[in-house]
Amino acid sequence: MDALLQHLVNGLVLGGTYALLGIGLTLIFGLMNVVNFAHGEFYTLGAYATFAALALAGLPFAGALALALAAGMALGALTERVLLRPLRHESIETVMLVMIGLWIALQNAELLVWGGVAKSIPHPFPTAPLTLGPVSIAPLRLAVLAAALALIAGAHLLIQKTRFGCAMRATFQDPDTAALMGVRIHRVRAATFALGSGLAAAAGALLGPIFLVYPSMGDLASLKAFSVVILGGLGNVWGATVGGLLLGVAEELGAGYVSSGYRDAVGFVIMILVLLLRPSGLFARAERVG
Amino acid sequence: MSARRLRPRAAAWAVVGLAAATAPAWLPSPYHLHILIMAGIFAVLAQSLNLLLGYTGQLSLGHAAFFGLGAYTSALLTLRLGWPFWAALPAAAVVAGLAGGAIGRLAFRLRGAYFVLVTISFAGVIALVAQNWMELTNGPLGLPGVPPPELGPWSFRSKAAYYYLVLAAVALAWGVTARLVRSRIGRALVALRENEPLAESIGVDATRYLVLAAVVSATMAGVAGSLYAHYTRFVSPEVFLFTYTVTMVVMVVAGGKGTLSGPLVGALLFTALPEALREAVSWQWQMLAYGVILVLLVFFLPRGIVPTLAARLARARVPAPVADGAPGALLSEAGPAERPGRR
Repeated sequence: MDALLQHLVNGLVLGGTYALLGIGLTLIFGLMNVVNFAHGEFYTLGAYATFAALALAGLPFAGALALALAAGMALGALTERVLLRPLRHESIETVMLVMIGLWIALQNAELLVWGGVAKSIPHPFPTAPLTLGPVSIAPLRLAVLAAALALIAGAHLLIQKTRFGCAMRATFQDPDTAALMGVRIHRVRAATFALGSGLAAAAGALLGPIFLVYPSMGDLASLKAFSVVILGGLGNVWGATVGGLLLGVAEELGAGYVSSGYRDAVGFVIMILVLLLRPSGLFARAERVG
Repeated sequence: MSARRLRPRAAAWAVVGLAAATAPAWLPSPYHLHILIMAGIFAVLAQSLNLLLGYTGQLSLGHAAFFGLGAYTSALLTLRLGWPFWAALPAAAVVAGLAGGAIGRLAFRLRGAYFVLVTISFAGVIALVAQNWMELTNGPLGLPGVPPPELGPWSFRSKAAYYYLVLAAVALAWGVTARLVRSRIGRALVALRENEPLAESIGVDATRYLVLAAVVSATMAGVAGSLYAHYTRFVSPEVFLFTYTVTMVVMVVAGGKGTLSGPLVGALLFTALPEALREAVSWQWQMLAYGVILVLLVFFLPRGIVPTLAARLARARVPAPVADGAPGALLSEAGPAERPGRR
């Protein structure tokens, strides 16, 4: 029982960042119809930005997180402008190939800049775990969970309560009508891609100090993000939030009770089962972006 | 096709055939022969992916799974059970083909991005099993000492002999694909690619034909895997690397999907290009260039090298139709319509 509680807590920490990755990808996938294979590279970018901020520049943790978010959004906006806008009338497969090209190029650019050796990020939190009844958790992990939940809440408020969020939801429902109503859909698409990329970078900034940072770390992150999106349903932000937390917990339970070698198989199996049995996601009747 | 277009074509084929048949004699070093052998193995793989991506329009990003299954089946049968290569190769083909059929039956309930994601997932699961099932696959350490093929008194230990084996496989893959896509089945596949509801309305059973294509495609990938295992004599979970799948996609798209010679051109070009770059730059730059080239290709040569050249040649001669079997040849110039996931 105690072990179960411990797995649940560890799963929630992982799941919070998976939710960030998933929300970013589901916005891009749902609103722009782009299968973004480069999503994990923004995650890697965030992790390296955090490494630079904490280890090289000596910024506080919140500053590092803000820097990662900003770096992800900037690269995202650039990607949308240079690669995606010219291809917006092309088929989904064509755009997917371009994103695969971007993914390979970015990953190897990171390898050139940072080298292939995994780096660990020094963080300012004490290493002694906090013990809460039967569960113990490192202060770093607690801070990561809190930051992830705050970012998720921020994303929800942005989408549900602001004028920009309203424009996003309108564009998701029907881009042509939204454009006729005066929504500048080019800007909405650019901002959506930037926001999604920024959230992925933030997830990298949060998980980077827990694990190690290396150039190919984004590959797994992309796959997790796709699992979360499939689990939650395309373009469904609430679904991605719950799906991310579920995937994190399921992985911890799988690693704890089945075999740690098959931890990453959990996401694959979930993706196959959901796609074959309920392709519109587990929460199809829940509220969508639109 | 008019006789006027046929003659230079036949001459070109004769030259290519002659050059390929005599390659071990005129290539300057075993290293160049090695590159040609790898290009041949990749040509079989690229042709296998082309059958799906080019002729049915379905992008499988799990193709390395069939390559890896073929490699492991062949290596395990020869190492553990002492089978000869000539029995292990067909067995590898059958195992990969069966897997292709099983996965295809499930995955072809979906289209577009959903299909792509399911193929990635299946490949991911198979790769994790290869990595974790220590008793069978020796895990990440891999299987060393895979024996080279023997045929009576001859051994295929030499590069020249292995080259002819691979050449025969390339010719076979070509022949099977050509025979298939020019048959009634091939016309059904292209009809499904161009307009699935229309094709189904005239009685084309989508799932049946797509699964058939997946079985043939996976079988070819399994053959390539077996050839790879007995050439490098070592199999590890790296054969499942996503990089192999991406390489196949790049070769097919760059060469020209939906053409018979496109994957061959792509395989030759993209095996030789990294090797040529190797002397000039480090391998990180190679992969960086690879990604950039893929992006540029989609932007500037979306139809691939072979269809673009064919169209240009045809325009230079007389107003002629689009290259044989190229995307858009059947119904319209427009690309295949987007296929949303089935609900």
